[in-house]
Amino acid sequence: MRPPAPLIRIIRTGLLLLAALAAAGAATVPDYARDIKPLFESTCWKCHGAEKQKGGLRLDVRAQAMAGGSNGVAIVAGDSAHSYLMARLRGEGDEKRMPEKAAAFSAAQIGIVAAWIDAGAPWPESAADAKAATVVHWSYVPPVRPIPPSVRAAVWVRNPIDAFVAARLEREQLPPTTEAAPATLIRRVFLDLIGLPPTPAEVEAFLADRAPDAYERVVDRLLASPHYGERWARPWLDLARYADTDGFNFDLPRMVWPYRDWVIAALNADMPFDRFTIAQLAGDLLPGATQADRVATGFHRNTMHNTEGGVDPEEARWETEIDRTNTTAAVWLGSTFACAQCHNHKYDPISQKDYYGLLAFFDNTNEPTLPLGGEVDDYNGKKKPLSALVMAERAGPAQTNLRVRGAYVAKGEVVSAGTPGFLPPMPADSPRNRLGLARWLVDRGNPLTARVQVNRTWEVLFGHGLVETVEDFGNQGTAPSHPELLDWLAVELMEGKWSMKRLQRLIVTSATYRQSSVVDPGHLERDPSNHLLARGARFRLEAEVIRDNALAVSGLLTAAVGGPSVFPPAPSEVGAINTNKESLPWRTSAGDDRHRRALYTFCRRTAPYAAFTNFDAPSREACLLRRARTDTPLQALTGLNDPAQWEAAQALGRRMVDQGSVVSERVAMGFRLCTARAPTADEQRDLEAAYAHELAAFAKTPAAAAKVCGGAGAADLAACTMLANALLNLDETMTRE
Amino acid sequence: MLAETRTGIGHSAPRTPHSALLSRRALLGSSLGALALASLGSPLGAAEPVRTDPMAPRAPHFPAKAKRVIYLFMAGGPSQLDLFDHKPKLKELDGQPCPESLLTGERFAFIKGIPKLLASPHAFAQHGQSGQWVSSLLPYTAKIIDQLTIVRSLRTDQFNHGPAQIFMNSGHQIVGRPSLGSWVTFGLGSVSDSLPGFTVLLSGEVDPGAGNANWTSGFLPTTFQGVPLRAKGEPVLFVEDPDGVDAAARRRSLDLIVGLNRRHLAAVGDPEIASRDAAYEMSFRMQSSVPELTALDQEPAHIHELYGTTPGKPGFATNCLMARRLIERGSRFVQLYHRGWDSHGDTAAKDLLTGLPHMCKDTDQACAALITDLKQRGLLDDTLVVWGGEFGRTPMNEGRGGGKLLGRDHHPRAFTMWMAGGGIKPGLAYGQTDDIGYNVVSQPLHVHDLHATMLQCLGFDHTRLTFRFQGRDYRLTDVHGEVAKGLLA
Repeated sequence: MRPPAPLIRIIRTGLLLLAALAAAGAATVPDYARDIKPLFESTCWKCHGAEKQKGGLRLDVRAQAMAGGSNGVAIVAGDSAHSYLMARLRGEGDEKRMPEKAAAFSAAQIGIVAAWIDAGAPWPESAADAKAATVVHWSYVPPVRPIPPSVRAAVWVRNPIDAFVAARLEREQLPPTTEAAPATLIRRVFLDLIGLPPTPAEVEAFLADRAPDAYERVVDRLLASPHYGERWARPWLDLARYADTDGFNFDLPRMVWPYRDWVIAALNADMPFDRFTIAQLAGDLLPGATQADRVATGFHRNTMHNTEGGVDPEEARWETEIDRTNTTAAVWLGSTFACAQCHNHKYDPISQKDYYGLLAFFDNTNEPTLPLGGEVDDYNGKKKPLSALVMAERAGPAQTNLRVRGAYVAKGEVVSAGTPGFLPPMPADSPRNRLGLARWLVDRGNPLTARVQVNRTWEVLFGHGLVETVEDFGNQGTAPSHPELLDWLAVELMEGKWSMKRLQRLIVTSATYRQSSVVDPGHLERDPSNHLLARGARFRLEAEVIRDNALAVSGLLTAAVGGPSVFPPAPSEVGAINTNKESLPWRTSAGDDRHRRALYTFCRRTAPYAAFTNFDAPSREACLLRRARTDTPLQALTGLNDPAQWEAAQALGRRMVDQGSVVSERVAMGFRLCTARAPTADEQRDLEAAYAHELAAFAKTPAAAAKVCGGAGAADLAACTMLANALLNLDETMTRE
Repeated sequence: MLAETRTGIGHSAPRTPHSALLSRRALLGSSLGALALASLGSPLGAAEPVRTDPMAPRAPHFPAKAKRVIYLFMAGGPSQLDLFDHKPKLKELDGQPCPESLLTGERFAFIKGIPKLLASPHAFAQHGQSGQWVSSLLPYTAKIIDQLTIVRSLRTDQFNHGPAQIFMNSGHQIVGRPSLGSWVTFGLGSVSDSLPGFTVLLSGEVDPGAGNANWTSGFLPTTFQGVPLRAKGEPVLFVEDPDGVDAAARRRSLDLIVGLNRRHLAAVGDPEIASRDAAYEMSFRMQSSVPELTALDQEPAHIHELYGTTPGKPGFATNCLMARRLIERGSRFVQLYHRGWDSHGDTAAKDLLTGLPHMCKDTDQACAALITDLKQRGLLDDTLVVWGGEFGRTPMNEGRGGGKLLGRDHHPRAFTMWMAGGGIKPGLAYGQTDDIGYNVVSQPLHVHDLHATMLQCLGFDHTRLTFRFQGRDYRLTDVHGEVAKGLLA
């Protein structure tokens, strides 16, 4: 049967059309999917694709290809003659011909690309970048409270956290570990919640307490301790890049410790995290702002300040605002916003305009000094009126100039203060200032803030976050190990009136937290970094806790909370390595101030306290979201020989001697002070043998014994001091198990 | 002593989170560890223990000319126009106002108004077979000029000391990126297992600078941070045992610590404990190797004569000798800072007629001695030596010190450094500036290019030596840097 005539005509016309197109050659508009994509994919994407973006250029996603790279716009749609891409493909000018690592394009291929650009570089949304364009990244969707799964190990489950953890473990067929030994557990929760070890009496009381809620009562007591705020201020002060000096060359002292004390007090009072946020970003703008609210704004006064002669003050102010923008995005949004200072973000939907919109909130501020009343020592032995560095808003709309490629001098379009487009908008009636920004950050609809804060808390308590990259919740960050648990906790935090203590109580009373950290080789091989949480976390104490722990177990610690920063014994460089040593000599504190907690040590940016630096404490020059946790010979030298550590050893040795004359009890007591547990029989034997060795050695060298004791001292005190020094350096002492 | 155990580790973006990078468990669990373990035997086949510590030596991307670096950082900004960049034209124009075209849009640290051009008050002459121009202030350097490549076309982005020093060291003007020495030790590890891989030696007056931030490891683990070797007191902080504790007593306490740790390891199973033991053992080795290192009286008289050193007298010359001893003992990166080159002319101590000659006298002989000494020991071929400051100085007199004092302001647009040794063509003059030394006119070498070139000498493609931090792969040269092939041997 013949087809009807009209159909034949259509087919014929089609064939004619195709033939005509083929004849027209380059005059045809090339199709992206058919002509351009295969070419780019085989030759360009290796260096300008998802993996690498050489020269900042990415050619596999439309928006980014059009945005160009660090050499500017690469494709000018409709104008191949002015498209930098064409110049590079042709090898014009001084620059290398592209592609660098593949054969040069043929004349025909160059013609196709040029024709495509001249036709307006048509690039359908559906092609190539479909993946990037359509799927919204998990962390940008507000968390919804998941229902805790039902699990077979119901007996093990103490609270919903455990249900999520157990469900995953059941899928992985890995059983959880039993609860840690009581002595280990109480030391763990003391170090985690207040950053100090339990006394032997506190350990014994806990061991003797048979009540089912014995542990919970310890937790409640710790959460109510004034030392709780000191401990949790430490990670927050890393974020706030808190330091007592300006940084840069002259590194002059500044009076910012009232801000540090505000943080401690706020944490001790369990100030809800939303309120905590608003006070620090915009306390000055709150209706009826109190003095404390203003002091809280010191958060963004912790930026560095260069007083060198040739500094352009406007440029310095600009650098400060960049720091404030990056820090705000990092701390509350877990976002690597900084990338968008120079170009649209390569991986996350953050445009350069978003960046400067956020910066505009901070481009409208003044930096006054707030008198607090009273006088205080100015670190030079003179009196000075007590004050705090705070923020204040300027009149007029918050707006700024975008900077082309991030260069200070290259002013671009004017951008008004605004929140990033990929996140829920600010309410229309919200003020376009820091207060509006702060409220938006802690709005129930913000998908990031609560997750980021929960994750950070988890990291402190488990050594790593549920999202390992606590600093990056974007596309390049790691996926959460337990996404539902993270969301459940985030909603729990928000619905629990943002109470941090409530959140922490929930976590530390879970069976997950209470597991033993003892691990067998099979389990270790299966999950070396403990992401599945089938065992308790075990990690080295942080720099500050190492000092505090040594002071506490030796009985030297001064427990006073707050006040001006202090100057414990330090190597001479701290005062002298830099310029202007006259302006800030390191006047070693006398009396009780010699033995304050690490957090009160004067933090000098250009010469940070060496014992802390050696244990990975930052210099506080910029916001730091995650500390490294290294293990180095310099740490060993610090632990063994740092005068502060040695003083602690001498004091602990004295404590051991004062305890009584029975050798076995002396060494056991030292061990118990350091580890919270009694030594095993083997350990006891090792310690007694070591004691005997030391005693014999020092009996022969009374002069050495006297030196070891720091003055007059018998051989037994010297022997105890040597043992104490070793005990303070045990892996177990320096580790939270 | 300098034999390297080669392990074929790539350095492209370790994906391991940095918190875990250094743990033994991470080393054992990752491909890094697998390779480290695969490389077992030492070249001599001796029963040398395998190093799994983060400073274990590693191979770069490709075979390298330079295996180690001595960087002589002349902090303050030495005046290239009075040392290396000879400008007869300035003699003609001395005292004339600086052309306004050069000043439009320029920002200076201290110069105000229209400054006057300033000829060098010091004589220049050509030296060596290469015929390079050197100032009379550097007679010793002039004698070894054929060993050096003088780069007269350096450029930086920064014109204040702090940011410029940090920029010169880390490729970024704001503190927080790892310094060159940290990148290099991160990439290569260090041969010595009893001395720091990256050492810093300080001399000269205290003057503006970025301090510790210059040798920070930034976001790299602190293992790779520069360790200052102190001129006074104990050479490495906390290396000396407390009063009354001798080496035998320290050994006993280490035995106790390690013994108890081993028992605990058996009980709790965490391999981190073994890495801590290894670090404690290395600290003990440092306690004996550091005094041996710093015992300069071991050096024969002719060496002290060469360097101009006296045992027990700290200073730049002593530090040069110490640098040689460090690299001989397997340290990877030694950076010397000699401070006081900030010749503004605001005081006599900082002018071109009194201060600058004094700075040269303190450094010239020792710099030349270091090159000579390295060469005679066969170490120059694979040691990269770099000399230079954070920026240069203006062709104009700053005019702050009134009539008599001569001084120059900070100048980022053109300045001079020299390089020698591993991978660098000797006796070369690289780059030129215009007639008055204001701008570079040929072969510009930006700081990023210098970094790229140094990494190239050490066997690294600078675009591939990266570290992932806060969501981004970072590298020393950021998104910049071109290897100056013309400098390479």
